[in-house]
Amino acid sequence: MPRITVTVDGITYQEDVEPRLLLVHLLRDRLGKTGTPIGCDTGNCGACTVMLDGMSVKSCSVLAVQADGNDVVTIEGLAHGNEWHPMQKAFHEEHALQCGYCTPGMIMAAIDLLRDDPDPSEETVREGLEGNLCRCTGYCNIVRAVRRGAREMSQRSMPEQAEQTEREVRTP
Amino acid sequence: MSEQLDAGLIAEQIAESDQLSRPSGAHEVGKARRRKEDARLVTGRTTWTDNIQLPGMLYVAFLRSPMAHARITRVDTSAARTRPGVVAVYSGQDFADEQGSLPCAWPVTEDIVIPDHPPMAVEEVRYVGEAVACVVATDRYKAADALEAIEVDYEPLDAVIDMTEALAEGSPKVHETGNKAFTWKFAGGDIDAAFRDAPVVIDRTYVQQRLIPTAMEPRAVVATTDGETFTLYSSTQIPHVLRVMLALTTGIPEHKLRVIAPDVGGGFGSKLQVTAEEVLGLLITRRLGKPVKWTESRTEGNLTVHHGRDQLQRISIAAGRDGLIRGVRVDLLADMGAYLMLVTPGIPILGAFMYNGIYKMDAYDFTCTGVFTTKMPTDAYRGAGRPEATFAIERAMDELAHELGLDPIELRRRNWITHEEFPYTTICGLTYDSGNYEAATDRALALLGYDKLRAEQADRRDRRDPVQLGIGVSTFTEMCGLAPSRVLGSLSYGAGGWEHSSVRMLPTGKVEVVTGTSPHGQGHETAWSQIVADALGVPFDDVSVLHGDTSISHKGMDTYGSRSLVVGGIAVLQACEKVKDKARELAAHMLEASADDIEFAAGTFKVRGTDSGKTIQELALATFAAHDLPDRFEPGLDADATFDPDNFSFPHGTHLCAIEVDTETGATKIRSYVAVDDVGSVVNPLIVEGQVHGGIAQGIAQALFEEAVYDSEGNMLTTTMADYLIPSASDLPDFTTDRTETPATSNPLGVKGVGEAGTIASTPAIVNAIVDALRPYGVHDVRMPCTPERVWRTVIAAGETAWVGPGLAGNTGGTAEGNTAWVGPGLAGDTTDRGEPGTAGDRTDWVGPTAAEGTEAEGGDR
Ligand code: FES
Ligand code: FES
Repeated sequence: MPRITVTVDGITYQEDVEPRLLLVHLLRDRLGKTGTPIGCDTGNCGACTVMLDGMSVKSCSVLAVQADGNDVVTIEGLAHGNEWHPMQKAFHEEHALQCGYCTPGMIMAAIDLLRDDPDPSEETVREGLEGNLCRCTGYCNIVRAVRRGAREMSQRSMPEQAEQTEREVRTP
Repeated sequence: MSEQLDAGLIAEQIAESDQLSRPSGAHEVGKARRRKEDARLVTGRTTWTDNIQLPGMLYVAFLRSPMAHARITRVDTSAARTRPGVVAVYSGQDFADEQGSLPCAWPVTEDIVIPDHPPMAVEEVRYVGEAVACVVATDRYKAADALEAIEVDYEPLDAVIDMTEALAEGSPKVHETGNKAFTWKFAGGDIDAAFRDAPVVIDRTYVQQRLIPTAMEPRAVVATTDGETFTLYSSTQIPHVLRVMLALTTGIPEHKLRVIAPDVGGGFGSKLQVTAEEVLGLLITRRLGKPVKWTESRTEGNLTVHHGRDQLQRISIAAGRDGLIRGVRVDLLADMGAYLMLVTPGIPILGAFMYNGIYKMDAYDFTCTGVFTTKMPTDAYRGAGRPEATFAIERAMDELAHELGLDPIELRRRNWITHEEFPYTTICGLTYDSGNYEAATDRALALLGYDKLRAEQADRRDRRDPVQLGIGVSTFTEMCGLAPSRVLGSLSYGAGGWEHSSVRMLPTGKVEVVTGTSPHGQGHETAWSQIVADALGVPFDDVSVLHGDTSISHKGMDTYGSRSLVVGGIAVLQACEKVKDKARELAAHMLEASADDIEFAAGTFKVRGTDSGKTIQELALATFAAHDLPDRFEPGLDADATFDPDNFSFPHGTHLCAIEVDTETGATKIRSYVAVDDVGSVVNPLIVEGQVHGGIAQGIAQALFEEAVYDSEGNMLTTTMADYLIPSASDLPDFTTDRTETPATSNPLGVKGVGEAGTIASTPAIVNAIVDALRPYGVHDVRMPCTPERVWRTVIAAGETAWVGPGLAGNTGGTAEGNTAWVGPGLAGDTTDRGEPGTAGDRTDWVGPTAAEGTEAEGGDR
């Protein structure tokens, strides 16, 4: 079995894995990182979205061996201690979750979306989140939350912000 | 008409009803509190059932039938048993003596056919996806691998897919008894008189396509035993009902069985079920003495989570030339699928009382035949029977308006119950306690800019713009808050509709609330805390709400049918009142005053006219010490309450939307969507708005995107999220929502249910808009989901003959979709005798529910 080394939310793991093991199953079943849920088996729902080296990926569509030597950030690694990430706060403030099952993936995808456009329009957010499905909210509040999170993230001083975002998605 | 509307008047009305609804001194109820449950959800510290890992846990995978209908002639599990990591392999035969039959708790008629429903098929399979064998292994990959090694031989039988064909003479049979499950009839008034010589009759048939509820969390089950007691974790809406039903099905004594609903990722009715996997999970853990887990894949879920809707609705309206409705007749075929599950037969029956909508009429007649087919059983899906009913009446009202050349809003105004007429007993015998359809509609018209859009529509019609504009109207009410146990009993439902709560003050002054409701996204922890904070005068943050575990919350009826707040929330309030009564007695004792002289405000019990008082926290501590209590006072400040309301709750509202339809491509674009809902008084406006948003999205999804498709052999073609299209953010617009408030009179908070309203209202609003856009083309219906292809084909089919012009009036077509709008002999003037407002009830003849003979005579027409 291949042995991989992967950092997840700041902790380095060495694991022997079957080549076919999905990253999401490595996270959930082996590492106990159950904050990242699974909503489908075809890569459509986005519930399993995590950051892999700073870019969002659907962890059900990535093999654990592909993450070898890489850095993974999940929803569990976003907050700094008790201080939530602005996007987590924004989802709470805007009531952008009901059952919360889609929320980890939504938040990760939202943060990724802002790399391209730090102040997205409603339409940009809607299109950018196309790969993340929510059955509860009708998306109105999610769109509001993402835009609010974006504003709050850019309200930090500009140089600090670049660095900070980098840190947020890479290593908490 | 809307633009002249006096917004001030509406505001006044709302403010007035606001005052009525707020208990004095209240400050938490009505506040947009951010939710308590969010903290664990946004940080990934959730306990979904699939997150649960227990020592020695084994994983279950099911082998499912690839055939829609077949006899099982052989199952060979021997090779699978030798696969690595495999602990056990079972076929249906292995469970035959102990698995019992999955329950149906709603035998709607006395002669209903309830076929045996083994959790794992033993002799015959009746839908694709039915479990025929399972593997138990040390991890989920190994369990899935070993499924391949199980051999099953099938002898194919004929699939039964179409309801009309299923009822025809000589059809292959799903069950030996035939394909008819029941026929249920219900009537009020003299329907023949209403239709006799009616100047206008609208007669339409609508297809309610089959839907897949698609909660984002797939189902999961963890079952474990210590040899004597059993614990079942399940992604369920109904831990309490489930416990009773599983005890009855498996023979595990109820007091040895604990059911836990951990964090549950949405339900929408799909987790209101007693599933094969729950029963089998318990049986497997009983055999192996090890904890077992099963988590469904989405594909498995699309095949085997019960489906929703799937009805063929024939609706006729008899009316006068002035548009006043005389009578409504409904003849329904409801696809049960292969078996009757927990409340399968009751779903269309819940709709039976809603086809009259918000309108007055003299007569009503309803017949529903439940039909077996070789498909996944149907059961509750958001709205359960009421969206179907609302769709049919609201679509047919638009047809009637068109027939008469009336504006659809005007037609509704002429027929609806006016706000002075409440409480109003409908032709179905329900008493709508409160409402103001005028206020909600006026507000919605103003928000949409109705008149302006009508002008734009006329302009586009004049110009023959290839992109036409349609305006969709849906004025709805619904019965929810399930609810009065007596009424549910009269409908042959197997359980009551009460709800339980207990409230206890802890020694440190904090409060624990136990509720029988079982939230899975609805925010009960927050809303119940608001209710308690006001009732007991304690801080919002000092309240914890416990739920979803039968050993913590021992008594409950769970969450569905928009019942949690209107039944469960009131139980919480009543338990608080009992706690306060107890506290008052103690305060009187400690303050050496008479209990009559004690007043309570903001958490403190005071002797009237003095400053001396005790806070509820001080009293809680005093009962803990119990050193100085009144005689016969039981130590502790706690109380239980069980609430069973006298009536359902009747939220209502007006949803309007404007849709652009590109007649050259069939593409539709929702330009604006306005929803004005009246859900009575509001505990948390943020949560209410969220429920409305989500509900609208699901209703739009039925109108535009979703359908569970089976081919003629009974194979499902929409097994993945790539085929069954639930809308994404880019498929939906922003919604404009607002509220009017007429408090319910059936409960002390004045609240009405909100969970299903959006879904009930939005589907007809959307389809009405699309049809409205296409009226000039002679189009009178577009079957759902109104995909671009289907819209385009409808335009093409109608278009052969067709631009019938921009006028709203005078078209008696409707042949494009095979429907006929029959216009009776042109009686001048209206001869309908409507009687005095509010007297309809006296003329209502509540004859249902009665078992009756079939409707074969009608069947041939479909
Ligand atoms: S679970 Fe990964 S996209 Fe659905
Ligand atoms: S909050 Fe339930 S799926 Fe998005």
